Amino acid sequence: MNRMLVAIVLVALVVGGYFFYRYEAKTVVPEGAVAEQSQVVRGEYLARIGDCYACHTARGGQPYAGGLEMETPFGPLYTTNITPDPDTGIGTWSADDFWRALHEGKSKNGAFLYPAMPYTNYTKVTRADSDAMYAYFRSLKPVRQTNRPHGLSFPYSQRELLLGWRTLYFKEGEYKDDPAQSKEWNRGAYLVEGLGHCNACHSARNMLGAVKPGDEMSGGLIPVQNWYAPSLTSSKETGLGQWDVKEIVDLLRTGVSARGAVYGPMSAVVQHSLQDTTLSDLNAMAVYLKSRAQSGGEPAAPTQVAPTTEQAAAMMTTGAKLYEKHCADCHQPDGKGVARVYPPLANNQSITMSFPINPIRIVLNGGFPPSTDGNPRPYGMPPFFQELNDDEVAAVVTYIRRSWGNAALPVSPAEVVKARGVPTD
Amino acid sequence: MRIPGQLALLVAFVSAGSVFAQAPQSPPAASSAPAPAAADAKGTVPNTTEQRVLACAICHGKNGEGARKSEYYPRLAGKPVEYLYNQLIGFREKRRSSSPIMTYMVGALSDNYLHEIATYYAGLKPPYPDTTARADAATLARGQELAMRGDKARDIPACASCHGTGLTGLLPAIPGILGLYPDYIGAQLGAWKDGKRNSVAPDCMARIASRLNGEDVSAVAAWLATQPASPDRAPLAVGALKLPMECGGAPGK
Repeated sequence: MNRMLVAIVLVALVVGGYFFYRYEAKTVVPEGAVAEQSQVVRGEYLARIGDCYACHTARGGQPYAGGLEMETPFGPLYTTNITPDPDTGIGTWSADDFWRALHEGKSKNGAFLYPAMPYTNYTKVTRADSDAMYAYFRSLKPVRQTNRPHGLSFPYSQRELLLGWRTLYFKEGEYKDDPAQSKEWNRGAYLVEGLGHCNACHSARNMLGAVKPGDEMSGGLIPVQNWYAPSLTSSKETGLGQWDVKEIVDLLRTGVSARGAVYGPMSAVVQHSLQDTTLSDLNAMAVYLKSRAQSGGEPAAPTQVAPTTEQAAAMMTTGAKLYEKHCADCHQPDGKGVARVYPPLANNQSITMSFPINPIRIVLNGGFPPSTDGNPRPYGMPPFFQELNDDEVAAVVTYIRRSWGNAALPVSPAEVVKARGVPTD
Repeated sequence: MRIPGQLALLVAFVSAGSVFAQAPQSPPAASSAPAPAAADAKGTVPNTTEQRVLACAICHGKNGEGARKSEYYPRLAGKPVEYLYNQLIGFREKRRSSSPIMTYMVGALSDNYLHEIATYYAGLKPPYPDTTARADAATLARGQELAMRGDKARDIPACASCHGTGLTGLLPAIPGILGLYPDYIGAQLGAWKDGKRNSVAPDCMARIASRLNGEDVSAVAAWLATQPASPDRAPLAVGALKLPMECGGAPGK
């Protein structure tokens, strides 16, 4: 009862305070404030789609104050403070400066930004959207947190050298509608190719960390993190060509769908970005993604030590026993899972794609899909890294890749050894 | 549409208020919970916390009793809700960085859900394992001295001054410290010394651990592990002790 009273008093205080604040605000805010406020709200929405939070916020850190360490093959980068603090953030930046960062990949002082900041995508964002995001970031509480210098090795530490990189791999320019396509398709393309920067992960990167033109969204191993981001253009890998628009939207909005659940870095993308995207925008993205998945070719298979036919047969026998003991209770004996609770393994492209690293890591580390408004209390999977040895993990992963109509290549224990060495966080 | 900032602030205040008032956390709306498909012979999946967190059992035991494998997995059962909740948040925010797998497991789970998980484990009462440690009488005596009386000269408060004379903990957020393996206790004190385990500032345990040497740690871990523990001995009520120092992780001293 006491708690109830305290809660009521608190609510009354806060609601009262809120209206008092609003009243106060109304008396001092000049004309045009309403338009400005709506621009801030729109900017916040766009910043969510751009998932600025994911990189510009350290675990446990202040939102948008930067400081997240991004391991790259060239050394660590530390993300920057984009709160409006004048000394340590972007408090002195103008709307033009902000636009230049997004559109041209240049800092306020003209220095080239490292392409870990996905301006190769953000360049497609319209000026109006950039201005709205600028208004939103200006509206945040300034956080005083000095940027940490990057730890890139020579010669990558020389920003001027990015000129060459940009000449090869950066094409500046806003998104241009394709008049042959629907309005919805174009909206989807604008979001997927621009703010959504899906290809930042879902593409292979070359030795200079660049996505080669033509390789966009064709799948790739994410450097250092070593999760394989499946191809979004191959109908085989993500199977988006076979998915209903609703199934794609479900996955992006709630983290789970009848086809499977998100895992690895995609969990954070759903949690901090996609779950807040409107249904009409998600539908547009799904429509565009589906159209891309009809057209693309198959990604190259990785080179790996392939088990012999006899080894593969033995692994299937062992794998079947292990599956019955450890997996079948949840994923079901027929591999069909339980919709939106335990992902199906049969006809699940995450299991069967050429690169086997994802199913191996999921068996080793387990995990939970993200908490989202649409799936606030996800069911989890245990980590088996202690329970199963390398041979056993290889056997059970081989089994799920080759049962119930799945027909992927077997995996060898050597692949499991590699996967064990990858840090989980 | 996103909610406007001010409205979000309002919501934040109200939810902060309800946590402050220790209102029981109602599970988030069940309407959006996935409807289990009944396409299989086993029927439906139980819509329970137990089923949802079965993933944790492989290390921490079916009833949160903890386990000792190639590493040690601490007991979760019966610890205060707010202690467990603080630890889960600590893993998610990486204040506790000594166990990357925990950060990975809970990295995308919400405050509400983590509180539900903490509440679930706090309510379990499996029997304690035998944690008896091998140690000589002098070591045990030193451990007992530190645990029950502390060391004034070195400004080390007794464990009992915060965890209670029965060492069963203090609500809302100070855990009981009996029935734990000595290597677990030793590793936690070590992690505090090394900055791999951090509580919300002011971090009282980090300050205390920094004053302990290796022998202190072994002695106190061995003595604590040899004390009998029972799942029926509950933590002390809120406010039962006046803490000797500020503890950010255990507000409401």
